[in-house]
Amino acid sequence: MSRLARSFSAAAVVMLLAGGCGGPDDSTSGAEDTVSLQVHAAASLQEPFEELGEAFAAEHDGVDVQFNFAGSSTLVQQIQQGAPADVFASANPENMDKLVEAGLQGSEPVDFTSNTLMIAVPAGNPAGVTDLTSLTEDGLHLVVCAPEVPCGAATETVEQAAGLTFSPVSEEQSVTDVLNKVTSGEADAGLVYVTDVAKAGSAVEGIEFPEAQEAVNIYPITTVKDSENAGLAQEFVDLVSGPAGQEILDGYGFVGR
Amino acid sequence: MNTLPRWVLLPALLGGLFVLLPLAAMAARVQWSSFGALITSDASLSALRLSVQTSGSSALLCVAVGVPMSVLLARAEFRGLSLLRSLVLLPLVLPPVVGGIALLYTFGRQGLLGRQLEVLGLEIAFSTTAVVLAQTFVALPFLVISLEGALRTAGTRYEVAAASLGARPSRVLLRVTLPLVLPALLSGTVLAFARALGEFGATITFAGSLQGTTRTLPLEIYLQRESDPDAAVALSFLLMIVAVLVIAAARRRVST
Repeated sequence: MSRLARSFSAAAVVMLLAGGCGGPDDSTSGAEDTVSLQVHAAASLQEPFEELGEAFAAEHDGVDVQFNFAGSSTLVQQIQQGAPADVFASANPENMDKLVEAGLQGSEPVDFTSNTLMIAVPAGNPAGVTDLTSLTEDGLHLVVCAPEVPCGAATETVEQAAGLTFSPVSEEQSVTDVLNKVTSGEADAGLVYVTDVAKAGSAVEGIEFPEAQEAVNIYPITTVKDSENAGLAQEFVDLVSGPAGQEILDGYGFVGR
Repeated sequence: MNTLPRWVLLPALLGGLFVLLPLAAMAARVQWSSFGALITSDASLSALRLSVQTSGSSALLCVAVGVPMSVLLARAEFRGLSLLRSLVLLPLVLPPVVGGIALLYTFGRQGLLGRQLEVLGLEIAFSTTAVVLAQTFVALPFLVISLEGALRTAGTRYEVAAASLGARPSRVLLRVTLPLVLPALLSGTVLAFARALGEFGATITFAGSLQGTTRTLPLEIYLQRESDPDAAVALSFLLMIVAVLVIAAARRRVST
């Protein structure tokens, strides 16, 4: 069956189940003989993890690594609701703690890398930003993450460490949204991760500031309980936290542990 | 009812359950003990107020430009009319985030009109105006499509009669054409309001998100989901109630 036909019939089955409020279990998953490893990872890890996934698949015949990249808290919710997952990599310890509290970790989580904040300005730095203090100037369009998400919590920490009060024009949902506002020139400056500046290339310029060290964001990883591929999942975790994984992560601006 | 084949009942029932079951499942997750506190928090109230204000403004804007657009599309005859119709209805099928990107490149600081607007002292980016623009962009086709359909169904008989009795075009439009399609105008406006109320993608892409300025109820729900799922569920339920009230009120107005 084509993919489209399969999706259509799956949706139809779901509607029938909704009508019947239950009914027979359908197990119509593809009967291919490849094993697919489901890796749920924080959105900021997309580029290095895709590279790691290819490296992993190259070493393991018949293994296909499938990623689900999203905000860490979204991923925890999805795993709690029963999304098939073998590995979970979080962008902060808080969301890993949520998974552990729910008893869904397959092994002790390992801190495998870290990321810090950086000021991003559009190419050419039109507003002449030099440091954190210049972000409080009148008329400067500053965009940050909302305090509810990890990068926003880190922003609040550096704000306090520097003794400043920002008045941003927007508190975005994710660090990618902040970066987009800077690359499109809508914002004069934004607070994003070092890795985001690296990813944006020549569209933005990054400015380091010492207070960033007060809010180092640590990334933990673990296997997920009841994984059907527990052995493979552990091997993937080992690859990420081992020297080969660290080299790839460093290449994207992450700082190894 | 007697002419209806009996077999339509089953798929109709399934479809109804498919819509109602998720709503019931969400309602079942509402933490009623903390519901009041969750929906009356500062952030929730300001998001609700902003949502109602901006959706109201966009619904009015939709009427102001949508009625003339519908009349033109339904009554005028010129080459390229059907192409024009497809183009103005485009936001109906575009993902809202695409609308947001398009608006950004038009009204943003670096956009097509952004600089001219800045010279005039108008800054749209990150303002409540941006929210209204985003909502109007996605809601306008809903009003146009329902009103244009009604105008075509109503036909031109009465308009021709009024004109032959000496009524001027403006009088015909205001005293004959529009009163005839008033129910469709009302339901189209409500539809536009409801669509504006639910607008998320274009707003977050184009307007940003700041409490009291640009963070409407859907944006607040999406943000609360990150840190407080219970609050997100409570707010979703609130938004559902507002939507149901709006639809119910509109139904009553139309049927009386």
